[in-house]
Amino acid sequence: MSTFFTRTTTKDVVYIALFAALTAALGLFPPIAVPLVGIPVTAQSMGMMLAGALLGAKRGGLSMLLIVLLVAIGLPILSGGRGGLGVFFGPTAGFLLSWPVAAAVIGALHERAWTTINPVKSFLFCFLGGIVVSYAIGVPWASVNTGLSLMETATGSLAFVPGDMLKAVLTALAVVSIRRAFPGLHQTA
Amino acid sequence: MTRRARASLLHRVPPGVKLIVLAVAGTALAFTDSLWAMGAALALTWLGYALARVSNRRLLAVLRPMAWLLAPLFLVQGLMHSWVLACAVVGRIVALVALANLVTVTTTNEAMIAVITRALKPFRVVGVHPAKVAFAISLSLRFLPVIAGLAQEVRDAQRARGLGNNPLALALPLLVRTLRMAGDVTEAIEARSMEDEDDDVDAPRVQPAGHARTASPPSASASSSIATVSRSS
Repeated sequence: MSTFFTRTTTKDVVYIALFAALTAALGLFPPIAVPLVGIPVTAQSMGMMLAGALLGAKRGGLSMLLIVLLVAIGLPILSGGRGGLGVFFGPTAGFLLSWPVAAAVIGALHERAWTTINPVKSFLFCFLGGIVVSYAIGVPWASVNTGLSLMETATGSLAFVPGDMLKAVLTALAVVSIRRAFPGLHQTA
Repeated sequence: MTRRARASLLHRVPPGVKLIVLAVAGTALAFTDSLWAMGAALALTWLGYALARVSNRRLLAVLRPMAWLLAPLFLVQGLMHSWVLACAVVGRIVALVALANLVTVTTTNEAMIAVITRALKPFRVVGVHPAKVAFAISLSLRFLPVIAGLAQEVRDAQRARGLGNNPLALALPLLVRTLRMAGDVTEAIEARSMEDEDDDVDAPRVQPAGHARTASPPSASASSSIATVSRSS
């Protein structure tokens, strides 16, 4: 969090933009069906976890805020070619809006533990931000949007948890390998 | 030119006005479960599509991905609560999504970027730089096709090695190349002496196309959107 109020350098803007572009590109991959549940899962929210873990709280959060802006502008960058203001009135809008917060949380946790990061820690951080925080915003939103009770919405959302867990595991494994190649990633120049 | 020829009354309404109408409609419908209100909203939105001469296919493109959520929602609401409420809830979502989509369809991306940069100006006091936001938008638009191309390349390469189904074998090279590219792009921008200062009143006029090794030549649409961004602020 210490870097949160420092000014945004050119390098920061480039990282923010490139990870937003990466997250958008992940939406182009065809969805895969998660074993056991069968609900199609896209790689896109892995972009959110990766942005937080690799860029830190500020840059990760801002790059997901950029995704929200790009969707609002009308670009079809969400998985399945969704985009435009219509997305913000659908039942899943809360999950999209949770991404900046979730990425910032994942980023803050990774920044603190960057020198001693291991797959288990990284997974826990991604789980906290990418699932706990994200669902804490997305589920109440869906509940208001659909008129269903919180309990009903939460039960329905459970179907997506296995897919998100899988993404948290993959992110954690990727983060640890990337740290070996780019050890100074969180030292904002 | 074709856009101009097709421009309807709705295309010419300032984007800010359309956004306010959308916000008002969203707020109003949130406070009612009346089927009459939903019906009226749906009818008015449909009239808007007719007025803007936007084909229904544009509408279906947004609603179809939502159908797999809306259908079970309708059933659950109907079975557990009431069918009237089920109609109202689904009607509200469809009406608002359709209306919001109408705003998107009748507003150019450039106009929407201009609205966003203008709306961000008051936030300058808390350290938001509209020019930097506009620059980040155009950079990400510029590099979306590049990174999508990289992803495809990595996928083809790993498939050739028999690793096409290994998500990590796809993610790691893509991440490494994206991070390396970020370094190259930063150097390229700084070499073109884009001011890295806080007092950037003007949008940066540098085109981030300079790093020859990793990127393909800038596409016409990306460079034109960058030009629009620099002009609009």
